[in-house]
Amino acid sequence: MIEFHGVHKSYRVGDRTVPALRPIDLTVRAGEVFGLIGHSGAGKSTLLRLINRLEEPSGGRIVVDGVDVTALDAAGLRRFRRQVGMIFQHFNLLASKTVADNVAMPLRLAGELPRRAIERRVEELLARVGLADHAGKYPAQLSGGQKQRVGIARALATEPKILLCDEATSALDPQTTVQVLRLLAEINRELGLTVVLITHEMDVIRRVCDRVAVLDKGEVVEQGPVTEVFLHPRHPTTQGFVQEAEHVDPQACQEALARAPGRVVRLTVLGAATYAPLLGTLARETGIDYSILEGRIDRIKDTPYGQVTLALEGGDFEAALARLRAAGAHVEVLR
Amino acid sequence: MDELFRNVDWYEIGLACLDTLLMLGGSLLFTVLLGLPLGVLLFLTGPRQLFENRPLYAVLSLVVNALRSLPFIILLIVMIPLTVLLTGTSLGVAGAIPPLVAGATPFFARLVETALREVDRGIIEAVQAMGATTRQIVLRALLPEALPGIIAAVTVTAITLVSYTAMAGVVGAGGLGDLAIRFGYQRFQTDVMVVTVVLLLVLVQVLQTIGDRLVLRFSRK
Repeated sequence: MIEFHGVHKSYRVGDRTVPALRPIDLTVRAGEVFGLIGHSGAGKSTLLRLINRLEEPSGGRIVVDGVDVTALDAAGLRRFRRQVGMIFQHFNLLASKTVADNVAMPLRLAGELPRRAIERRVEELLARVGLADHAGKYPAQLSGGQKQRVGIARALATEPKILLCDEATSALDPQTTVQVLRLLAEINRELGLTVVLITHEMDVIRRVCDRVAVLDKGEVVEQGPVTEVFLHPRHPTTQGFVQEAEHVDPQACQEALARAPGRVVRLTVLGAATYAPLLGTLARETGIDYSILEGRIDRIKDTPYGQVTLALEGGDFEAALARLRAAGAHVEVLR
Repeated sequence: MDELFRNVDWYEIGLACLDTLLMLGGSLLFTVLLGLPLGVLLFLTGPRQLFENRPLYAVLSLVVNALRSLPFIILLIVMIPLTVLLTGTSLGVAGAIPPLVAGATPFFARLVETALREVDRGIIEAVQAMGATTRQIVLRALLPEALPGIIAAVTVTAITLVSYTAMAGVVGAGGLGDLAIRFGYQRFQTDVMVVTVVLLLVLVQVLQTIGDRLVLRFSRK
């Protein structure tokens, strides 16, 4: 759907060129929610803006649905941009226009629909984002979450195939963030829209994304399904993001681990297995004693998962490992 | 009352008011008509803007700064040949309007440029992302968003023009300021001075109040 082939970007600062993005190869699949995570300055915002060419790449090709976006002329680019909706951290609504006029704007600029049809479409869109009663208000009269809903309705106006989200929830409080993310997931599901979002919060990735790429200093250091990257982070940057999202204090974990008796393993289960009575069965069948050092049961998008660090004592350790693996758990022996 | 304003010829004052208003209205109209596009052009060709063009911006900037640095009284005289060409006369209200416009347009254009720069870049980006042309960005997003700032700029310019009109007496344009200088100052008729100054003060107050009301009316922040 969206393919990056060796795309790179550098800026000229005086007579030096500063690389912002190293050559990047990425593929976003049709209909998925793809997350880009990175610290500020990692280049994620630039990468996102390359897709609709709000930023021009220094080299490489970006192909969307078989069309080389990097080769489009001005008119072609404008047509292409109508197929790509975008929402922003600071909403970027026009303060001088009402909610309805903001949402109608992309349609009026395109100039393809008659007035009546635009009005109907705006009504539909506002109903979808739950703002039907606010059509005549001005953005300044809305809360942050409502403003972002207007942003989403506006981005959907031209029935785009792709929705780009630029830190769409970073300016919102946690509760509103969850609501906006739920709306995005709903839109992705119901409209089959491909969503690319950037964020610096792993929690956002965990809640809505199917796949994720981790950007660090202009490079993709890790990518894959969120279940994989989130539960088995390999790169230090990714590990940092996951620990932050899980509120894990690495030092406290190390200490707990050092004090624990016997062997220490990390157990990861995904899907229905998460709710199976795994540990009780294990203790009964292999005579092993376990204590939970640290862990959590949660969801990654729609997939339940459990990840616990266990200290195992007594009984047959090898048999216990085999039993866990047979039950579909991923086991890492830490000590 | 009559004793107090012994030297005041109220008919003369009335004519002067009319002249001032005519000069103000005429010159403000042309200043806005010329200054608004110039301000937009300054903005668009400025550093890191949509049509960034260093040489053009440098030239426009230079012309604007040159006109702004020229004392209005000099401009008034230097422009006489051009004024005659444009209006057929260098005298009276008609003769005063071209130099007034020439003096106020660069000032107004700079204010417009500043008002446009106040518009959040994110808004331009959002409208670009919708597939807007540059023309649409300017007409449908930038100008509406900057409208309160532009109205404030018109207000400030109008008030500046009021003080410029006082000097237009040099070319026989008349007006309140001219009356104040010729009678109030040069002939020591303090009463004429007081009346004209009070009238000018009232005019400025009215302009500022109207401007402020309009800014408030169009501000949605």
